[in-house]
Amino acid sequence: MPKSVTSVPIGEQDIERLKNIAEDILSEAKKQGADQVEAAISIGQGLSVNARLGEVETIEHHRDQGVGVTIYNGKKKGSASSTKLDLSSVKEMVKAACAIAHYAEEDPFSGLPERAMLATDFPDLSLHHPWALSAKAAIEMAVSCEDAAREYDEKITNSEGASVQTFEGTRVLANSLGFNHGYLSSRHSMSCSVIGETDGNMQRDYWYTVARRAQDMENAASVGKKAAERTVNRLGARSLSTRKCPVMFAADVSGGLIGHFISAIRGGNLYRKSTFLLDSLGSQVFPDFIDIYEQPLLSQAMGSASYDSEGVATSQRHIVEAGVVQGYVLSSYSARKLGMATTANAGGVHNLTVKLGDLGFTQMLKEMNTGLLVTELIGQGVNTLTGDYSRGAAGFWVENGVIQFPVEEVTIAGNLKDIFKSIVTVGNDVDLRGNTRTGSILISEMTLAGS
Amino acid sequence: MNDLIQQAESVILKPVGLSINDIDHVMGGLMSSSIDQADIYFQSSRSESWVLEDGIVKDGNYNIEQGVGIRAVSGEKTGFAYSEELALPNLLDAAKNVKAIASKGQAGIIKPTSRHGVPALYAAIDPLDTLSREDKVSLLKRIDKQTRQIDSRIEQVIISLVGVYDVILVATEDGSLSSDIRPLVRMNVSVIVEENGRREQGGSGGGARQGYEYFLDDGRAMSYAREAVRLALVNLEAVDAPAGNMTVVLGPGWPGILLHEAIGHGLEGDFNRKGSSAFSGRIGEKVASSLCTVVDDGTLQNRRGSLSVDDEGVQSQCTTLIENGVLKGYMQDKMNARLMGHAATGNGRRESYAHLPMPRMTNTYMLAGKSDPGEILASVENGLYAVNFAGGQVDITSGKFVFSASEAYLIKNGKITTPVKGATLIGNGPDVLTKVSMVGNDLELDSGVGTCGKEGQSVPVGVGQPTLKIDGLTVGGTHA
Repeated sequence: MPKSVTSVPIGEQDIERLKNIAEDILSEAKKQGADQVEAAISIGQGLSVNARLGEVETIEHHRDQGVGVTIYNGKKKGSASSTKLDLSSVKEMVKAACAIAHYAEEDPFSGLPERAMLATDFPDLSLHHPWALSAKAAIEMAVSCEDAAREYDEKITNSEGASVQTFEGTRVLANSLGFNHGYLSSRHSMSCSVIGETDGNMQRDYWYTVARRAQDMENAASVGKKAAERTVNRLGARSLSTRKCPVMFAADVSGGLIGHFISAIRGGNLYRKSTFLLDSLGSQVFPDFIDIYEQPLLSQAMGSASYDSEGVATSQRHIVEAGVVQGYVLSSYSARKLGMATTANAGGVHNLTVKLGDLGFTQMLKEMNTGLLVTELIGQGVNTLTGDYSRGAAGFWVENGVIQFPVEEVTIAGNLKDIFKSIVTVGNDVDLRGNTRTGSILISEMTLAGS
Repeated sequence: MNDLIQQAESVILKPVGLSINDIDHVMGGLMSSSIDQADIYFQSSRSESWVLEDGIVKDGNYNIEQGVGIRAVSGEKTGFAYSEELALPNLLDAAKNVKAIASKGQAGIIKPTSRHGVPALYAAIDPLDTLSREDKVSLLKRIDKQTRQIDSRIEQVIISLVGVYDVILVATEDGSLSSDIRPLVRMNVSVIVEENGRREQGGSGGGARQGYEYFLDDGRAMSYAREAVRLALVNLEAVDAPAGNMTVVLGPGWPGILLHEAIGHGLEGDFNRKGSSAFSGRIGEKVASSLCTVVDDGTLQNRRGSLSVDDEGVQSQCTTLIENGVLKGYMQDKMNARLMGHAATGNGRRESYAHLPMPRMTNTYMLAGKSDPGEILASVENGLYAVNFAGGQVDITSGKFVFSASEAYLIKNGKITTPVKGATLIGNGPDVLTKVSMVGNDLELDSGVGTCGKEGQSVPVGVGQPTLKIDGLTVGGTHA
């Protein structure tokens, strides 16, 4: 058995070290003639193990570091990044960024955020909970997770294994407006994927858990059991004939729909006019019972941050209220292009939350009565410019509110504009694992294509 | 050939003061009698990207990456560590951690490292240096200007130019030291057009393992621009796509993404060793119509998916996957080949030093058949003609795959008619090729834009095929 690996935990002293490197980068850039500079440095370490068929399969030791710099020469911009943190490499990197800025062209909208927008208050969001996990303990946990899956049902015939991962790291952001801050974070996860077989046909499904604190993860037996249950439920799947019908997106895939909405109101797509939701601010995009908001300051949540990737302070805000778009998703650059103020979304949204409805999963099925419950989507098939949506789907056919049989090899299609308007209800069966928190979403009608 | 290795040594080892003796030393720390396979993978790469938007080159990025990945394999167990620090103590430390994967054995016999050269499939150049910064900027500006002149309905033009210089050096347990210097360039043009309030987009691009002059030869850059505009204008006319099962004719070249998704992933050695692929245990069986012969060929000169040696130091080759409809072989890396009692096929690839190698595709394509493409279209009474795709995905266990058309037309009475909106096509990998009833004589490879993702790792790949007729595939439109 592998020995446990000792690594020194990442701590405040690392933040101080990286802040000093950031200062060096800022002063080097100034020395090389930059008017404005931004530097970001991150380090991280972790362990991931995978066990398959009761034995350890891989042990990976992770140790990462990276540094990036963006410099503005007047309104000309250049950026460079590297995996080397030593002073001479950092100087080379700054030189490369300056050289690019020299040849880039004036962009009147470029530059650092406005100083007044930068975060000055850094609440403790409790994001760092290191886990002193030995390789031996990680293997035992992965094996027990996979065992639970393999023992669940005799139809489980094979396995892709179970994995346990732990990561911790820090990212420091500094700019020439005086911002220089970093915070520690951790992320631990466990997943399991198993294969079932009936009549020579195989199906595979998986389950995972993720948390900032190890003790908040779902336990190994439960993860394994859910993976197996999901796999067994898919056995015997078949296609359906082509039809129009109601479609319910299960809570672990419905976040994707909300993600398409966010993409359509993102600054880059708005100023390029490459979105079907152009000029949608103040207009009704969803039914009036839909509220969507950001909660960046939630303690221990996966998407929490007190500032965005430019250092702009985040705050709780409504993006959709009563179905009406209240705000876009902007960085300081896209905001200037649109003549607006940044919404602190450089780098993405933070804990996007859809207001939950009253119905649980089973009641949602009853509400749908007859239609397709979607539990997996594959392929790209989403055009943000036109809103056209067509994706491969797998799930279950439901009649009179009761699951009848598993379905595969079908597509579901429509236009997102219509899909958003035809949301019938959002369930209260929220999935808290990702950066988007929503329940199942029921759509009154989409086109299903099949055999 | 040994020049290439010396060049790689001088790029990677010399600046950090490492020698071949040090590699022997680290390998010595890694090997024991219970280790079946081990490698030390050094990588140094630099890349740049330039983007033009709103008529100005507003952004550029430069990236330097360097590190070492150390792996030991015992049976089916793998230990792995990597580091950005190339100093000897870091390497020895990583080797010690990695070796813990195996039960303790006697010290292994270390073969002294010797250089192992193979013929290069592309020039050992740094593409970033093949054009001055001024010329890169002026190339983008010129293409932008000329693109905007093509049609008055063009609203937005975005052009990107990317170059990568990737040097690898890999030492393996058998004492061989191999290297590869992999240049890669790529250019992309995307446009948005507007007519009567309707906006549509089109994009096109290409690339190769060459310098930037590739885009200047034969007016290639402008051909991407014209293609992007043509696609956007076709989309302005597109009507709702049909929904349901129908005959589908796929155009030549990039639609070969069908082969990549429907059968390629399912024939990768790792899934087949584990029995998780819908193709597991089916070598020798008929899995396609007799018209179909499919290969994975890493040896094509200068192509995006090609490799002189793979990331495990194995020379790349042309592997026949399906011959006249019969499944012939899998794509293998060293570990899966050893465990299955097969030969490695030069398909061991990794995104970087920080990732573990696994079996991956290179350039996957179907050989030409005998039918004239016009004759293929003429044979279809009602169907879909799909010529451009946005991407695809597969579930290798159930075999279900999708790929999303971005340019398609209805076929009526043997004629190409109305363009239809993008739609996802869905099918079952193990039987889609059994429905191939005609294969064109017009084999084409894609223009050099493919990127494949597997278990979070991205690698450049190529695809290709002649025009194909498939008797029945589900088209996921809205028009039921």
